[in-house]
Amino acid sequence: MNTRKLRDLIGTKTLLLITLFVSSLFFLIFILLLSRSLLVLESHSIIEVLFSSIWNPDAGQFGLAAIIVDTILVTGFALLIAIPISLLSAIYIVEYAPRRLRKTIRPFIDVLAGVPSVVYGLCAFLFLAPFVQNVIAPFFGAQSTGLCIFSAAIILSIMVFPIIISLCIESFDAIPLSLKEASLSVGATKWETVKKVVFRASAPSIIAAILLGFGRAFGETIAVNMVIGGTIRLPSSLFNPGETLASLIASKYGELMSIPLHESALMLVALILFIVVFLFYILGFLTLRRAKKRWKY
Amino acid sequence: MNRRTLEERLFKILMVGSVCIVIGSLVVIFGLVVINGASSLSIEMITQTPRPSVPGDPPGGGILNAIVGSLLLALPATGFASLIGIGIALFLQNDFLHPRYSDIIRFMLDVLWGIPSIIYGIFCLMIMISIGMSSSILVGMIALTLLEIPIITRSMDEAIKMVPKGLKEGAYSLGSTKIETAFRVIRRQAFPGILAGILLGLGRGIGDAASILFTAGFSNRLPTSLFDSTATLPTMIYNLYSTPLGQSKAFAAAFILLMIVLIVSVLSRLLTRRFKKHIIK
Repeated sequence: MNTRKLRDLIGTKTLLLITLFVSSLFFLIFILLLSRSLLVLESHSIIEVLFSSIWNPDAGQFGLAAIIVDTILVTGFALLIAIPISLLSAIYIVEYAPRRLRKTIRPFIDVLAGVPSVVYGLCAFLFLAPFVQNVIAPFFGAQSTGLCIFSAAIILSIMVFPIIISLCIESFDAIPLSLKEASLSVGATKWETVKKVVFRASAPSIIAAILLGFGRAFGETIAVNMVIGGTIRLPSSLFNPGETLASLIASKYGELMSIPLHESALMLVALILFIVVFLFYILGFLTLRRAKKRWKY
Repeated sequence: MNRRTLEERLFKILMVGSVCIVIGSLVVIFGLVVINGASSLSIEMITQTPRPSVPGDPPGGGILNAIVGSLLLALPATGFASLIGIGIALFLQNDFLHPRYSDIIRFMLDVLWGIPSIIYGIFCLMIMISIGMSSSILVGMIALTLLEIPIITRSMDEAIKMVPKGLKEGAYSLGSTKIETAFRVIRRQAFPGILAGILLGLGRGIGDAASILFTAGFSNRLPTSLFDSTATLPTMIYNLYSTPLGQSKAFAAAFILLMIVLIVSVLSRLLTRRFKKHIIK
């Protein structure tokens, strides 16, 4: 009896320690990034770093504005394509598609959610970029090497599809049948039912899915790095090369680790990534809680 | 009435269109990797390490070092992350912690899941440099473990949440301690979900390049110790994609990576179904 109690005590304490350790990782990362980026913040004001678009490490200038604009463009454009297409596809798969198709599509989508981003990047570099260079850019009357913001956004949206779709399918499936039947029985068409019942009833999960898609698109490093071109200048069109926050770290870190001020600037970039993801999760958490109350069924 | 049916029809066309876009783009990517990968795959490719190129002679050899490196990094990392993950997931139940605290920890794990993997990479790199190590399998393994912990923990946690309350109460009423209940009853009942979580973590870990780009380094030789740097399949692709001569190797690596992800996913489905037989409904 006594040994069992002792074991219970030891086990509980061990689990507590492990849990505390992993939770502290959250703060550890934050503190380490912050302390490393202080160096650049001491010599440059945060305003200057965020709103100046001149990135010239040799002259000690670390303006992130161009990179931030590129990041917003790439992420925003990718989500703008991905969200409507994913939502419509998920609705089709759940509500309209024949049973057989539904059963084959779901495992397929799950596999795709797990395809590594380098694989997407490789395909984008070798096939999407030439396509953009030779067909899409001339179509819009622009000159482009194909390695540009547009290509990065397209490949990101393809990467985000399976994430949003699989989460949405799950939540659409979970809606009680009676809810849909009630709407159909008062004469609503199928699409009206989808619009006014299915979308609302699963609004919290849709928000969560979009948020997850945002996180993936915003933080994607390798695939973006392979196709965006790596130029730090304010873009004048979507067919200009650029650089996002995450891909900047990947392309610059290896070569410039030795210069403290530059390293510190890259740490600041990582810190910004961390803070933005954190803020978005808090925002998502709060919206989710409100939405759950609002659309309770 | 007419407007409504029109709207219905319009959106149906849009839906079919978007499904076609989604499936089309994904089939294209799969097809490209399989066609190009299979054609550049050979016995030499998977049994040899890269030969340094002589000028004028295409670089030969294979990608054995990347395959070995990927497995050496991802398998132990998944093992560690699963051990830690199952502990936390069981601990997050209400028996051990007040729901308020477990919800905070869940939220933090979600954020850790969401932060870009490159942050884990430079986090480990910073620690590595400050204690005077250089990029090696060990550091890469730690980076991958940290990356996988939130993924594995949260998916196990979701599976454990599904365990019926009665089962737990039954165990307690027979006099089990909390730890015994957690590890002997709940762990067994949630096993299919736990397994799925581990395989999800493995799939993510083996394909991630950003976290091991700087921590595991790159090398053309097979690693001989834990402190050697090594190539992995993702970093191999990342290093070779832009050189015309290296593209066949990049595609071979992408093909193998895709196959591993596919096998892990199928395995997850089969095993989950197999072990579901043993759980109490």
